[in-house]
Amino acid sequence: MTYQDRFARRRRFLRTLFAASAGMAVPTLGVAQERPVRTRAIPATGEALPVIGLGSWITFNVGNDRVARDACTEVMRHFLAGGGRLIDSSPMYGSSQEVIGYGLAKLGMPPQVFSADKVWIGSGARGPAQVEKSRASWKVARFDLLQVHNLLAWQEHLPTLFALKAAGRLRYVGITTSEGRRHDEFEKIMRSEPVDFVQLSYNVLDRDAESRILPLARDRGIAVIVNRPFREGALLDRVARHPLPRWAAEIGCDSWAQFILKFIVSHPAVTCAIPATTRVDHVRENLAAAKSLPDEPMRRRMAAYVEQL
Amino acid sequence: MTEWWTYTLTDLLLFSPKTYHRLFELYNREIWPAQAAALVAGVAILALLSGRGRQHGRAVAALLGLGWAWVAWAFHFERYATINWAATYFAGAFGVEALLVAWWGVVRGQMRFERPATARERIGRLLFGFAVLAQPLIGPLAGRSWIEAQLFGLAPDPTTVGTLGLLLAMSAGPRWQLLAIPLLWCAVGGAFLWAMRTPDALVMPVAGLVTWFLAAAGERSVRAVNARRVN
Repeated sequence: MTYQDRFARRRRFLRTLFAASAGMAVPTLGVAQERPVRTRAIPATGEALPVIGLGSWITFNVGNDRVARDACTEVMRHFLAGGGRLIDSSPMYGSSQEVIGYGLAKLGMPPQVFSADKVWIGSGARGPAQVEKSRASWKVARFDLLQVHNLLAWQEHLPTLFALKAAGRLRYVGITTSEGRRHDEFEKIMRSEPVDFVQLSYNVLDRDAESRILPLARDRGIAVIVNRPFREGALLDRVARHPLPRWAAEIGCDSWAQFILKFIVSHPAVTCAIPATTRVDHVRENLAAAKSLPDEPMRRRMAAYVEQL
Repeated sequence: MTEWWTYTLTDLLLFSPKTYHRLFELYNREIWPAQAAALVAGVAILALLSGRGRQHGRAVAALLGLGWAWVAWAFHFERYATINWAATYFAGAFGVEALLVAWWGVVRGQMRFERPATARERIGRLLFGFAVLAQPLIGPLAGRSWIEAQLFGLAPDPTTVGTLGLLLAMSAGPRWQLLAIPLLWCAVGGAFLWAMRTPDALVMPVAGLVTWFLAAAGERSVRAVNARRVN
């Protein structure tokens, strides 16, 4: 048995232990544990995943700045302590992978982390080397999820990822897009390839995915990760000039960020949203958004309200 | 990646403005007291421009080439590349410019600065003076910390603007071979600043356009003079 196999076994054991104790207050990570976040099952396995994840686009790309790296570590610490699990990155995101690895090492490699990364390279032959480099940056034994970033060379990368999964060196395979690009091709891949996850942009104003992609994901049992929930902050800037509607209190909204996140993760096909932030208070606010979710009539009301702002 | 036309400048920005400016803060702290040497070099070039002759031009070219090589290695490759993978290519381009300046100005002695006779040469000297003495002040005046200041010979933007000034100030007129990379950086660097919505985002594109206009106008007038001589 190799070192990696032993490491993976230990990690599986700790993950099971963590799942079993999900409802208990476990004093780890140096901050008080909060109530577990609402979860959704990954259709492929039934594994429960908290509906709020953590993105790293721009926010974790801080280079070698030790102060900023430590701030990112605090974000991860509070995210994990608050019940979060999925952290998402990509080789495209500059130093984000290394910053995540730095933070995870500092936090003692918390076993509950659901590591989601991507392969982003035009050459299929160079995909495995890039995946290995990413894994080393994260300092994990293996990734939970690897996705083909923006469908780049997906015909070459998907067989590699499926082979990794078959060999037990990867748990889930996915594809990503953002901001509504290439949805037709995305849909074809969802119909023809046994992907476990798809990642795309979806929010209260960008709802193209509602017509075909999200229903298809439900039909085919594919988990959905939602990226850029705030349009990289532009959506929050747009609505911030207006007060929250009074009826937002009915679904426990304290802020526009929660309003937008609640809309996203209340869609029944959505497994998890991955807002990115550099601030601990925003992490708490994001995680709290999952406590109570709107029903379908309320979702329609939310969309109509934001559209007319 | 396909569908490039669907991407905006903001989509291509991998880091936050805070991280970018903090990069300069850390850079300035790490290379201290190189700032003093860079300021002395900038003022020395200004002084050399007052002198005449091939050796003065060689000295200017040597200092200028050194600045491009330093920025290529110490800034782009060693630091900027940690937050922007494209900076590795920027380092290559800045290294090529350093070699071009060294070849053209030091080896061949083609960078000569006689007493400024034309408006182009005067504007070139003004532009260089702006890059050395005024451009580093823009950041602090825009509300950023002094420790984040960007200096000629150490940071890409003032080094580029200063180079455009020196090329315009050349008595023989600017060479497109030497202008290409600085002009390209005016577009690339300006685009990054524009995407970050920094108040000084227009400095680089304006410096590039002024240089382009003066270089093209100078070329046209030389052609016209030659044509009259032939006729």
